[in-house]
Amino acid sequence: MTIQNDTGAVQTGGKRAVPIIKPGAMQQVLAFASLVILVLVFSFSSPNFFQFTNIVGILLSTAVIGVLALGSTFVIITGGIDLSVGTVMTLSAIMTGVFITYWDLPVPLGIVGGIMTGAVCGLLSGTIISKMKIPPFIATLAMMMIAKGLALVISGAKPIYFKEETGYSKLALDSAIGKLIPGFDIPNGVLIFFGAAIIGGIILSKTIVGRYNFALGSNEEATRLSGINVNYWKIVIYTITGTFTGLAGVLMASRLNSAHPSLGSGYELEAIAAVVLGGTSLSGGKGTIVGTVIGALIMSVLTNGLRILSVPQEWQTVVVGIVIVLAVYADILRRRKK
Amino acid sequence: MKKITVTMLVMLLTIAMLSACASKGNEGKGEEAAGKGSTNPGAEKIYIPIISKGFQHQFWQAVKSGAEKAAKEFNVEITFEGPETESQVDKQIEMLQAALDKKPSALGFAALDSQASIPLLQKAKDAGIPVIAFDSGVDSDIPLATASTDNLAAAALAADKMAELIGGEGEIGMIVHDQTSVTGANRRDGFKKQIEDKYPNIKIVDIQYGGGDHLKSTDLAKAIIQAHPNVKGFFGANEGSAIGVINAVTELKKEGQIVVVGFDSGKQQIDAIKSGKMAGAITQNPVGIGYETVKAAVQAIRGEKVESTIDTGFYWYDKSNIDSDEIKAVIYE
Repeated sequence: MTIQNDTGAVQTGGKRAVPIIKPGAMQQVLAFASLVILVLVFSFSSPNFFQFTNIVGILLSTAVIGVLALGSTFVIITGGIDLSVGTVMTLSAIMTGVFITYWDLPVPLGIVGGIMTGAVCGLLSGTIISKMKIPPFIATLAMMMIAKGLALVISGAKPIYFKEETGYSKLALDSAIGKLIPGFDIPNGVLIFFGAAIIGGIILSKTIVGRYNFALGSNEEATRLSGINVNYWKIVIYTITGTFTGLAGVLMASRLNSAHPSLGSGYELEAIAAVVLGGTSLSGGKGTIVGTVIGALIMSVLTNGLRILSVPQEWQTVVVGIVIVLAVYADILRRRKK
Repeated sequence: MKKITVTMLVMLLTIAMLSACASKGNEGKGEEAAGKGSTNPGAEKIYIPIISKGFQHQFWQAVKSGAEKAAKEFNVEITFEGPETESQVDKQIEMLQAALDKKPSALGFAALDSQASIPLLQKAKDAGIPVIAFDSGVDSDIPLATASTDNLAAAALAADKMAELIGGEGEIGMIVHDQTSVTGANRRDGFKKQIEDKYPNIKIVDIQYGGGDHLKSTDLAKAIIQAHPNVKGFFGANEGSAIGVINAVTELKKEGQIVVVGFDSGKQQIDAIKSGKMAGAITQNPVGIGYETVKAAVQAIRGEKVESTIDTGFYWYDKSNIDSDEIKAVIYE
């Protein structure tokens, strides 16, 4: 059913025979509504919540997990999963540190190198999955361990620091917008997140990669039988995920002005949670970038709001878990009605 | 159908290969242990495994270097290992089990969970293997000695310094690494109790736990500052927490408005103290912890008497004394 919905939405888009809200967009509208409700509730509960610095703080804390979630959206739409994004992010951060601090490469080259590290890991995962026919769960689990180990080996289990004069921390923390419009100090990290989301959205909805992405997730066998090189496109999609993961690593290293080999474990699950909150189905064939952005924002608004209300931390985690169950259940109910 | 069969086959093969590797590994270890048992223990070099709470953090690397120093000095062989994160209690228990299987002469152990390890430590005791605890203690009388920092007293000193720096009144916040480990709980309680007992005009507005994760601690500290704009001081109870607080203060452009007191060292804390972003920090003596652990283990093997608690000490350091020889010896980059 969901398969028909999605391909249907794409086709009817051209005919303009659409109600005000496209059926495929309903989940996003719902997710957005819950985000607004959350923001309203927290704003009324604490005067300190809805303030410019706090909103910027929430956006910045979304950036790293958000970029990871963007990448994860692609593989999850194919019906696969990438468990390695947390530690590949760490490895990318470490490699960025190696390039910029140890090899004294110029910052832009280091950034490209960090992103490429992620892309190569994604390429490897994709190749293992499609050529060696190892299920994504196992293949990326292995990649998770490989990346974790390599990050430790390469860094010598020590954090790598960026020299102040390279100005690397400006990548995430400086505000280009703030210089144009004084007082509107949104850090670059947030802009990079939204920029990545726009690029991700274009790839997913306007390019052939995106179309094959949905096709793979809806029915892999049918896609293969229609003469599409399934293996090739799978590798492409895992590489895209890896590229986003590399970007997340670059962002994290910039925000901390250092690369820590011990960070990153467990981030993959937060990224998957954000993707699922945004209405992407783990069984594949369905999902949007806008949904993922909203999902990631819901996660960080929720944790930030609960912290500001001084809810004990143990309970914060419980609440986030309950919200994930409710959100996914609401989506299932809505689809069942159809 | 064919695909599933192939997949299954590959998985089976992988599992078979993995288990083959694993059993080979075990055999190797078994032989090694057997070899050790059969030869005259006097001729063999004394072997002391050290099971730490971690190995990635700079703190543990410093402990390791102290242990290696003592190993060299007393001509014993050591291994140093620990789980990846300080929440992996189960993994640490496995490491402890593996270490005991090698029939060591003594054992150095820093418990992640002081209760969970007791059955295995009891086994060690029954086998006559002396156990030396380090860093955080074990709730039992099995360890012959515990080489650690008095975390309660160290955190109380941090509280005194904080009170002095903010003028004895105002709101302060705390980021602690976790609420389940002995060091986390003791540093939190030591700091909190000192403030409550001695400084009635200081209010601790919030205590949050960031797992020692720099990024999470940053966002936590930012949220606390956001919720309590009047906060005057901030205590970060370990390296990751303290760096998180500094990041939060920097990102909110509140440098100079919030007094930051840290714990442990590392390059970023040292830089922050030198640049004035951080007022000062408590450092333990990690090299000393490692050294004293191995030394006590050697003494126990030789049948000499060991002190049951070895206080390895702690120091307050700030801009004024960071370059002194005494501090330089105990902080690490």
